[in-house]
Amino acid sequence: MNWSDRLGAEEDLEVRQALSNFKASVDAWSEAALSRPRTPVRTVRGAWRLAAGWALGCAVAAASLSGALYERQHVREMARIAAARAAAEKAAQEQLASRQLSAGESDQDLLANVDSDISRAVPAAMEPLAQMMDTAQADYAGSKNETK
Amino acid sequence: MRRGETSTKSMAAGTAIQPMTAGAAKGIAAQDFSSVVETHRPQIFRFLLASLRDVDLAETLTQECFLKAHRNWSRFRGDSSPMTWLMRIAINLQKDHWRNRRLQFWRTTRANAVDIDEAGDWLPSGERTAEQQLLAREQVVQVWKAVDRLSERQRTVFLLRYVEERELSEIAQATGLSEGTVKAHLSRALGKVRAELRGKR
Repeated sequence: MNWSDRLGAEEDLEVRQALSNFKASVDAWSEAALSRPRTPVRTVRGAWRLAAGWALGCAVAAASLSGALYERQHVREMARIAAARAAAEKAAQEQLASRQLSAGESDQDLLANVDSDISRAVPAAMEPLAQMMDTAQADYAGSKNETK
Repeated sequence: MRRGETSTKSMAAGTAIQPMTAGAAKGIAAQDFSSVVETHRPQIFRFLLASLRDVDLAETLTQECFLKAHRNWSRFRGDSSPMTWLMRIAINLQKDHWRNRRLQFWRTTRANAVDIDEAGDWLPSGERTAEQQLLAREQVVQVWKAVDRLSERQRTVFLLRYVEERELSEIAQATGLSEGTVKAHLSRALGKVRAELRGKR
């Protein structure tokens, strides 16, 4: 037997031994797993999971419901604020319009007063001319009466 | 495509039970199903445990296997041995399981699977010395590592041969492959085990 043959034989022996140990290991594990006492661990874990699932589901449902209610309330509040703001703006506009109207009236009165005052008052610089006009008018009226 | 591959693909499409033609095994057909369960349950469980490395999953699939076998027991006519028939159901269930797991890609595939080192801890104490035990444990871990790297088909063939100690013809029947394909898979699987053991030295 040469060196490579001997090495191959050794290797085969090792592989055979390893496979035999592997089988023995799987057998031992399998037997132990089959003979282990059956405890309702899975059921308990399943029940716990079920309860946790329900709790989570309820929490999600409650959260979405409260979210929807809050959103609805929020929309209502926003609508109420918008309506109040619109009413306030309308009132302010009406008030402004009435104020402008009354202001316009008072301006007109003022202008009329000014016009009448101006028409009545004669500037000092025109006084001699006015007197002359008065005199001339009087003279003209006298001569007219005399000719009659 | 080879004949063996075709038959395996058609088998992978579901857990179809091998249709049994009329055979000479009237005795087997009359056999009480409970005795079949009692006889073959440890082997089916062992094969599934070695394939999946998950005790709970192996138990579940073993139960499913016998449930399917019970439903189709009247159709079993004994062309193959009950063990081969059951093994075929188990292999199909395992394939279905892996395919479903692959679809559920967000889950970890081996959520409850035992670690290789942990699987290697199982050794019969026997009459060995501590040193021999240690060496055996090392070898078992190396083989588990190699098995972990095998393809699904190679692993199935390897486990049926070296853990269940089935004949090549039985493996061919159970897997739906030809004997030549089984031999090829075994050879490749052994090559990987050998390489793993060589790498350790």
